[in-house]
Amino acid sequence: MKKENVIQVENLTKMFGDFTAVKNISFEVGRGEVFGFLGANGAGKTTAMKMLIGISKPTHGKATVAGYDVLTHAEKVKRNIGYMSQRFSLYNDLTIKENIVFFGGIYGLSSSTIKEKSQTLINELGLHDKANSLVGSLPLGWKQKVAFSVALLHNPKIIFLDEPTGGVDPITRRQFWEMIYREASKGVTIFVTTHYMDEAEYCDRVSIMVAGKIEALDTPKNLKGQFQVDSMNKVFLKLARNIE
Amino acid sequence: MKRFIGFITKEFYHILRDRRSLFILFGMPIVQVMLFGFAITNEINNVDIAILDHSKDVNTKEIINKIAASKYFSIKGFISHEDEIESTFKKGKIKAVLNFEKDFSKNLVTQKKATVQILTDATDPNTANTISNYVGSILQKYQQELNRGLNIPYQIAPKTRMVFNPELKSVYMFVPGVMTIILMLVSAMMTSISITKEKELGTMEILLVSPLNPFQVIVGKVVPYILLSIINATVIILLSIFVFKMPVQGSLFLLGMESTLFIVNALSLGILISTISSTQQAAMMISLMGLMLPVILLSGFIFPISSMPLPLQMISNIIPAKWFIMILKGIMLKGVGLAYVWKETLILIGMTIFFIGLSVKKYKIRLE
Amino acid sequence: MSIILNNISKSYDKVKALDDISFEVKPGELFGLIGPDGAGKTTLFRILTTLLIQDEGSASVAGYDVLKHYKDIRNHVGYMPGRFSLYQDLTVEENLNFFATIFGTTIAENYELIKDIYVQIEPFKNRRAGKLSGGMKQKLALCCALIHKPKVLFLDEPTTGVDPVSRKEFWEMLKRLQQKDITILVSTPYMDEAELCDRIALISDGKILEINTPEAIRTLFPKKIYKVRTSQIYQLIMDLRSYPETHSAYPFGEYLHFTPKTASFVAEDLEKYLIQREHRDIEVMETVATIEDTFMDLSRANELVNR
Repeated sequence: MKKENVIQVENLTKMFGDFTAVKNISFEVGRGEVFGFLGANGAGKTTAMKMLIGISKPTHGKATVAGYDVLTHAEKVKRNIGYMSQRFSLYNDLTIKENIVFFGGIYGLSSSTIKEKSQTLINELGLHDKANSLVGSLPLGWKQKVAFSVALLHNPKIIFLDEPTGGVDPITRRQFWEMIYREASKGVTIFVTTHYMDEAEYCDRVSIMVAGKIEALDTPKNLKGQFQVDSMNKVFLKLARNIE
Repeated sequence: MKRFIGFITKEFYHILRDRRSLFILFGMPIVQVMLFGFAITNEINNVDIAILDHSKDVNTKEIINKIAASKYFSIKGFISHEDEIESTFKKGKIKAVLNFEKDFSKNLVTQKKATVQILTDATDPNTANTISNYVGSILQKYQQELNRGLNIPYQIAPKTRMVFNPELKSVYMFVPGVMTIILMLVSAMMTSISITKEKELGTMEILLVSPLNPFQVIVGKVVPYILLSIINATVIILLSIFVFKMPVQGSLFLLGMESTLFIVNALSLGILISTISSTQQAAMMISLMGLMLPVILLSGFIFPISSMPLPLQMISNIIPAKWFIMILKGIMLKGVGLAYVWKETLILIGMTIFFIGLSVKKYKIRLE
Repeated sequence: MSIILNNISKSYDKVKALDDISFEVKPGELFGLIGPDGAGKTTLFRILTTLLIQDEGSASVAGYDVLKHYKDIRNHVGYMPGRFSLYQDLTVEENLNFFATIFGTTIAENYELIKDIYVQIEPFKNRRAGKLSGGMKQKLALCCALIHKPKVLFLDEPTTGVDPVSRKEFWEMLKRLQQKDITILVSTPYMDEAELCDRIALISDGKILEINTPEAIRTLFPKKIYKVRTSQIYQLIMDLRSYPETHSAYPFGEYLHFTPKTASFVAEDLEKYLIQREHRDIEVMETVATIEDTFMDLSRANELVNR
């Protein structure tokens, strides 16, 4: 059975003047896959991701996300994806409920749907007594879990996560990965951008970008086998050294 | 001492490399002085005036003709009674009324002196002042023509009366005001921003965990701005003397000393602001709302203090800028010496000591 | 002792940031403070660098009391705060020069100490600090913290936001500095970096969970630990949760780490259970605990005590 691809990237390139930030990258991500998009700061992964979520235009090449071309149907792409970043995802000066209403609203959910969804969300996360407290007062790990749930409000086909669990305590971090696996098991595709190699270990497949190119793409297990090391961190170190 | 010089050098690098702060430091004073200087211009054109002629004789007719012929005024009406003056002004178009006394020619011949009253709408004090100057010079010219070949000269005495705003502010008033605003802006806002910037970047932590004592840190941050503010004050004074031909009547030395006093006062306010705010944004908001607005609105720069409601007049007393403007006005426009501004100077010194004391007390050698 | 903490507590409003912390760091030791964001690491650093005053307890650094002799401490410690606190608008060389001057020294005087770090950024010495990559900023910040030859070096999350290559180089540099008789207290949220320290303290919610060598912490893990995987990872988590023998089951990279309730547990039972639940490609293997396993086990126990 051939897996259905929800992200298809062919020879995608982005140039800023003379500088090529992303060089001819190609890959596919299947439905329900947890895909790790790794690279050091400045390797081009943020630029590549911006093209995939429709906020930056490719210089060359083609990418379809959730069945829509990112160049010609950027608005449709945006409707079908969710996005959450470590730096910004929720308004700290709004309560959990207010955040849900706001983000539900910008995706055009009806108020009855928002009401229903926020109830489920609060139940699932066990946040009854916190629903009306400011997001800023929550511990980082909780914030991340709420942010993830909020990014899922409009039933996106793909969710883009930018360094979702850096600095989060180990237990909460695992709860977070459980949530990711749960969504993946329902058929949501998860696209994780990160430069933390330990986050890579949790992905089904990972690609590693170095200087604008994808230098490795496989399951963590195969990559570790290929480089004969026991962690993704060492895979990255070896890869970086080989390229130098 | 070497540490201290190192610190100040670093501070100058910051200032010289940031285009925004460079503009505020050097562009602003020039732009502001030019803006105020040319916006509050002495030129008038086709100002509407009305005539109240009690005499209706040869001389008044000639004067009226001369005024009508000038490009500065256009006569929009004749009124016949004093009672009509106020209502004429209130209609808003007429900016001035010339009131010729009864028996103008007769007085001129018999008493060698006749009087014309110039009533101006001083809600716009600059225009009012300019109008009376222009009318005055037309009258003087006419008087010279009359007196040609006469032994005992005739004298036409213009009597100026300002309506609605009797305490007319001088045209040159903007120079002290602008100077005050700029010194406040540069000294208080820039220092408070530069200190909070170190807090935001985290470099303040490193400075605190160094052998520099907090006093050295503060003085190091402040010294460059004292120098820059003094340069600024000099630039403003030079601009107003050479571009706007403003006469500085009093002692330049005293002016310099008083300006330095005000700069130190503003810097201590800046330090005080930086002790209570932890971000550059907060420091900027507090400086703008807490310092700039009162300086502009309550110092007597734009709105005369005497026409403010009593509570505001009382508040204006705690604003250092008010006292500095009074000092500047005294020295620059009236040419008075320290003997006349010692009270204001003492108040400024007192305020400065208070602010320095408070900021030393509030300044933390630790993070909280 | 280079650093001594006795029963240090500190609260902000009602939140207890540090709760009765005591430990000692020996001269020349590379001591790691390991814990997630919000555990209290930065607060602890700030108390030791005399930036904050503790509510209770006492502490000394290089023999000086943090309250009474704070000025002496400020002369003898190097501190690198969480974000690399450099002047972005000054060049590499100007930054270093500035920090040398305020500590009353010169680059030349202590060049030997920073040499092998500084040579890596020297080619860029005329570049503004704001234009450096994360790794280079980190190296410059370290040079600045070392320029006055401190006795004790405090590094607050020096590897956060830095790529793996720079992280690795950074730890190698710390190892070399240690040889030059500098005591180093370093904090990190990355459990894998704990292995590189002489001794570590695990910290969570303002409390010390454990202090020991990394090796001892790993080997002292009280239970057997198994790594488990099947083709359906989410279903596996759910099924392990309802398995009566489960003490804990956490995702751990490609595997799940599973600890049984009883010592009599045998792996075959679990395999049978999973087959019964229709899992395929089942792997169950005994494995060794990592620092992270210990951390989770201890913080869970700690939470249970609190409730």
